[in-house]
Amino acid sequence: MIISIALRELRSMFLSPLAWTVLAVTQLILAWSFFTQIDFFFGIQSQLATMPNAPGVTDLVVMPTYEIASIILLMITPLLTMRLISEEKRNGSITLLLSSPVSMTEIVLGKFLGIVLFMLIFVIMISMMPLSLLMGTELDLGKLAAGMLALMLLLSAFSSAGLFLSSLTENPVVAAISTFGLLLLLWMISNNAGDNTAALTQLSLLSHFAPMLRGLIDTADIAYFILFISTFLLLTIRQMDSQRLQG
Amino acid sequence: MSSQPLISVNNLVRYYGDYCAVDNISFELAAGDILGFLGPNGAGKSTTMQMLSGNLAPSEGEIHINGVDLLDKPGAAKAALGYLPEVPPLYKEMSVDEYLRYCARLRRIKKADTKDAMALAKQRCGLTDAGKRLIGNLSKGFQQRVGIAQAILHSPQVIILDEPTVGLDPIQIREIRELITELGKSHGIILSTHILPEVESVCNRVQIINEGSLVYASDMKGLLEQQNTGSYEISLHRPPSIDDIRAANFVGQVEQLDTNHFIVNISTTADELASMAVNNNWGLTRLVPHEHSLEQIFINLTLGDGGNA
Repeated sequence: MIISIALRELRSMFLSPLAWTVLAVTQLILAWSFFTQIDFFFGIQSQLATMPNAPGVTDLVVMPTYEIASIILLMITPLLTMRLISEEKRNGSITLLLSSPVSMTEIVLGKFLGIVLFMLIFVIMISMMPLSLLMGTELDLGKLAAGMLALMLLLSAFSSAGLFLSSLTENPVVAAISTFGLLLLLWMISNNAGDNTAALTQLSLLSHFAPMLRGLIDTADIAYFILFISTFLLLTIRQMDSQRLQG
Repeated sequence: MSSQPLISVNNLVRYYGDYCAVDNISFELAAGDILGFLGPNGAGKSTTMQMLSGNLAPSEGEIHINGVDLLDKPGAAKAALGYLPEVPPLYKEMSVDEYLRYCARLRRIKKADTKDAMALAKQRCGLTDAGKRLIGNLSKGFQQRVGIAQAILHSPQVIILDEPTVGLDPIQIREIRELITELGKSHGIILSTHILPEVESVCNRVQIINEGSLVYASDMKGLLEQQNTGSYEISLHRPPSIDDIRAANFVGQVEQLDTNHFIVNISTTADELASMAVNNNWGLTRLVPHEHSLEQIFINLTLGDGGNA
C-alpha cells in the first residue's frame, strides 16, 4: 500500500515538467562545479605530489560536489515537497486516500517514500560524475559511499520537514516558503557558534552532515537524521489526524 | 446478505468550533435501500457524508458500516465503502486506466481481479473508450463518471454519492440514474442531491436535513400515499360549474384558476376524481398533483421558521 502511494507520487512528479527541470538544472550546475573542481585539482596536482598524506581526488573533487549539491537541494527541496499534501487538499483528491482503507500512517509514509525515491534518483545521477573518474584514476570508494549516504540522509531530512509543512497549509507557496525558512535556519544555526551554543550546534543539520561528508560515519549523526525524519513524519501524521477531527 | 443494516448512525454530532453543523442525527440504511438525502445549502449534508466516509471525525456519536465501527476499525469499515465527494477526487495528470488501477491498489483489490473490476466499472459508467485519455483533458461530465467509477470499483456494499449528476447532460443523467437504480438492487446507496425529481425517480427512501437536524424521514411509499390524498390540478375540456365539482362528497376545497382549470382537494385517491370527471363527461384532459408533494414538504420544512433556502 505504501509502495503504491509512493510510486504514484513519483510518477506524477515525472508526469509534470517539475522533476525533469529540477534534475536538469541541478545536473547542469553540478557538472559545471565538478568541472572547475577538476580543473583546480590539475592545477595543484604537482604540489600535492610533494606533500605527505595529501588529500586525494575524492576529497578535493567529489566531496565539494556533494556539498554544493546539498546547498542547491536546500533551495529546491521546498519546491518538490510543497505540493505533496497541500495540493491534494486543495483540489480534493485527498478524499480518495481518506475514504480508502488505508491508515494515515500509510498515506504519510507513502508520500515520504515517494519523495525519497526521487531523491535517490537524484543522488545516483550526480554520483555518476565522480564515478566516471574511475575510468582514469582511483577513488576512495569508502568515502564516496559515506558521501552518498550523508547526502541521502540529508535530503530525506529535508523532505520530511517539507512534508510536514505541506500538511499544515492548503497553499503550496506558503508550504514552500516556510520549508525553505525552516531548513535554512536549521542549516545556519551552527554558524554563529558562540560559547553557549553547543545545544544549538547539535540541532544543526550542517554540523551532522559535514563530518559524514569527510568520511566520518558517527552513530550519533545517523541517529540525529533518523530522529529528525521520524519526528517530522510523526508530526505530519498527528497533523493529518487532527485535521480530520477539526475539519 | 445479513439482515443487519449496512449503515447505522447513532446520535451523530459535529461541531466546527462552536458552530454545530450536524446535531444528533440517527438513521439506518439497509441493503437494497436508495436513500435520498436532501437539504438546503449549508444544512449539513456534506458534513454528514464526509463523516460517513471517514474524511471527518464526528464530535460525538457512532457510525457502523456493515456492522464494523468506523472509528475503531477504519480499515475494515472503509473497505465496504465507496464515496464520491462533491468534487471528484481525481489526479488530472493521470489517465483513466492509471487512475483506476491506483484506486484498485488503494482498495486492496487483488492484482488478478483488478482488470475485471476496472472493465466492469468502466463499462457501467460508459468509460470503456476513455481508458487511455488523461483525466485533465476530459469534460466535466466524464470526470464525474470517473469519480463514480472510482466509487463502485471495488463493488462496496455501501455507496455514498454526493450530487452525482452535477454537470452531466440529460442523457448521461438518465444513464447514471439507471446505474444507481441497478446498483441499488444489491448495494445500499446514499444519494445527496438538490434535484427533487431525481430523488422521486430513483430513491425508495428520503430524508431531509435542515440546520443540522433530521426534520423528515420517510419511505417513498409513504410519500406516494400522501400524494394520493392531496390536492390536484385538473384540466377539463367541458368544465362544469364549480359547484358541480364541490357536490361530490369526497371533494373538499375547490379553487378555479380559469375556465378550464381547477385545483381540487380530495380526501380519497385520485382515480375517484378521474372517474367522476369521466362519468360526467367533463372532457378530462389533465390531472396532476397540484404541487409536488416532496417539494412542498421540503419547502415547508426548510423554509418554515425563517430558515434560509
